[in-house]
Amino acid sequence: MSDAYEFPVDRTAILGFAAALGETNRIYWDEAYARATPLGVVIGSPTFAAASAHWNPWAGLRGVRQIPAPPPRPKQRAESGGEGAPRGGGSLARLLHGEQRFEYHQPMRAGMRLTVTSQPGKSWEKEGKRGGKLRFTETITEYRDERGELVVTATSVGIITEKAVEG
Amino acid sequence: MAANPRLRFDDLSVGESREAVLVENLTRTQIVQYAGASGDFNPIHHDEPFAKAAGYPSVFAHGMLSMGLTGRLLTDWLGDGVLRSFGVRFVRQVWPGDTLTGRASVRSLEARAGEGLVGLELVTTNQKGEPVLTGEATATLPRRA
Repeated sequence: MSDAYEFPVDRTAILGFAAALGETNRIYWDEAYARATPLGVVIGSPTFAAASAHWNPWAGLRGVRQIPAPPPRPKQRAESGGEGAPRGGGSLARLLHGEQRFEYHQPMRAGMRLTVTSQPGKSWEKEGKRGGKLRFTETITEYRDERGELVVTATSVGIITEKAVEG
Repeated sequence: MAANPRLRFDDLSVGESREAVLVENLTRTQIVQYAGASGDFNPIHHDEPFAKAAGYPSVFAHGMLSMGLTGRLLTDWLGDGVLRSFGVRFVRQVWPGDTLTGRASVRSLEARAGEGLVGLELVTTNQKGEPVLTGEATATLPRRA
């Protein structure tokens, strides 16, 4: 289990994420609308858990972002930058997202203060037709609410390729 | 708990499907907007010289952008807060200029006390009819009283 980080579920972030997907559903921003539904509050769209990357101090694909800075740690984290980054090194240009799965235990509601932990899952290799040798690594991420109850479980499979894979 | 008061488990039948255009002529702007919203700044998705140097013809969209777009098809049909699972495989890249169409088909219906579990099969294709994403989802919907 990795170190935990916080992920405050923020209505502005939910709106921005939904906007980038071209959403028109009011449940992603309109509090009055949400109050009139059984959900009662604004919720994140089905893949909104991905936006926790902003709060992940170990995220590997953070651009120029310096905050939150990774806290000093006694031992080296497994070779590279955490989930989203290729484990075992390698260029970002060789990293592909192979699979993604979410299990929903309860809606991700605006105002929740979630705690996120990740752990490595399986890893395996395959000879690809186009990309040379392919290395697959699975990461399982749990999002829990203030009471420790699961909100979302996310399973991600990253692929590191030997060369550009075009399909 | 269903946020969509319209759709009930009993309204669905196995084999029924929904199709929707998820994005037309995908712009680099939308890819960049998704990068900003999601926090995924892999330059392969926004830096054209970087993508070309890596052997690609241009930048390409995040797989998670295609997944998010496909999720919209599910929530527009089934309602909000009803998904129990949503899993996909990214089978082909999505490029600027692509038009994506998603299709969700009911594969299984399992009645339970007061509600029902819906199993769906998903495929999202580009303008050439090639699948870019395949997957499956489950949702719980209330039953008619």
